[in-house]
Amino acid sequence: MDKSVKTAKEALGKAKIKDGMTVMVGGFGLCGIPENLIAALRDSGVKNLTVISNNAGVDDFGLGLLLETRQIKKMVSTYVGENATFEKQFLDGSLELEFVPQGTFAERIRAGGAGIPAFFTPAGVGTVIAEGKETRVFNGKEYVMERGLRADLTLVKAYRGDKAGNLVYRKTARNFNPMMATASDFTIAEVEQLDEIGQIDPDFVHTPGIYVDLILKGEKYEKRIEQRTNRPKGGARA
Amino acid sequence: MKSESSKERIVQRAALELKSGYYVNLGIGMPTLVANYIPEGMEVVLQSENGLLGIGPFPYEGEEEPDLINAGKQTITETRGASYFSSSDSFAMIRGGHVDLTILGAMEVDQEGNLANWMIPGKMVKGMGGAMDLVAGAKRVVVTMQHGAKDGSSKVLKKCTLPFTGKKVVHRIITDLAVMDVMPDGLHLLETALGVSVEDVKKATEAKLVVNNVKIGTY
Repeated sequence: MDKSVKTAKEALGKAKIKDGMTVMVGGFGLCGIPENLIAALRDSGVKNLTVISNNAGVDDFGLGLLLETRQIKKMVSTYVGENATFEKQFLDGSLELEFVPQGTFAERIRAGGAGIPAFFTPAGVGTVIAEGKETRVFNGKEYVMERGLRADLTLVKAYRGDKAGNLVYRKTARNFNPMMATASDFTIAEVEQLDEIGQIDPDFVHTPGIYVDLILKGEKYEKRIEQRTNRPKGGARA
Repeated sequence: MKSESSKERIVQRAALELKSGYYVNLGIGMPTLVANYIPEGMEVVLQSENGLLGIGPFPYEGEEEPDLINAGKQTITETRGASYFSSSDSFAMIRGGHVDLTILGAMEVDQEGNLANWMIPGKMVKGMGGAMDLVAGAKRVVVTMQHGAKDGSSKVLKKCTLPFTGKKVVHRIITDLAVMDVMPDGLHLLETALGVSVEDVKKATEAKLVVNNVKIGTY
């Protein structure tokens, strides 16, 4: 089953993107983000997007590109500290924001993709996050109910993939990509290396191809580093 | 202004909370520095909630990997025997009680073990990241912080005034002045920092302090 397409633009065309849709975008900070698909989404001009992503990029890269053009109506995130455009649009009321604790965020997406409509977690109990939500006591401890999360479209980035959509991630660039790939009606994956079917050892596939509708080799990768941190030569640890 | 040395003092004392064989998650900022003081020969595995067990030192210049960062988005390295996993697996191990210890910063903490470290009403909120899951799931929660605010008011309170990150989650508090444990009858004062008396700690603390067998000037 060959799911490969040539470009991010072609993939978005086949995904029938439209104004007002909800899109999950993989990555943690700028690590493991689908750079080429984000740029193509910007170029497509779709508006009023609800974007589910751990962070919101930086001013001129990642999801910051879609904020700059005001294509995002609402963000569902866990932390948005690195983006001045975001702050400005949030404070002037033009951007909605929903914060979710990071573990709850990951599990809501995992549940959404796994056919689980809701679950109970200890995270956020006794905080504003639990306000208005059902709580229950199990074995003497209080938990809050959180709902599974799904989207119309998911954009993920993997290091390697084959034309059947099997994906292999690299290091901490994996992050939210695997669960997001499972939780949408349509999933597009971009990879640095696109292999023929059979070239990836089945024992080492992280995301099985069933979750991926289209796959493409990214045109170019900047893979920008947010906080370049070094130790001195010959120096101590950390 | 608090000096750099008071921060170093907190960090060095916090490193004594580590035990051989522990899996530990260090929060962003001051807690990250605890890694600098892991005693030679002690086997501690550092967890990064963005999907790594086995955080190594920061890379040398020219050896940074865009695909390898910590939760503070800093470039890092991996240790021998490290493993990578997804964010849902990462928080499953946190929430599931597999992480022995987390050390986190705080804006306020109180005598019931409530922690506030993510939002100030009226100010731009950046988000809680993984803090709520960490305090709800780690086996032991240690908070590192300055004892007082810049205006001199206490940050160790009877009741937090800021929105909670977690309710009744903190086990131990390490400040520039003292080490305290959260107990049902108040905060038990265990140790004071060098040059700090019990009286100094009492004056700087709004919370109820229980003073019994205090070790003076231990760090």
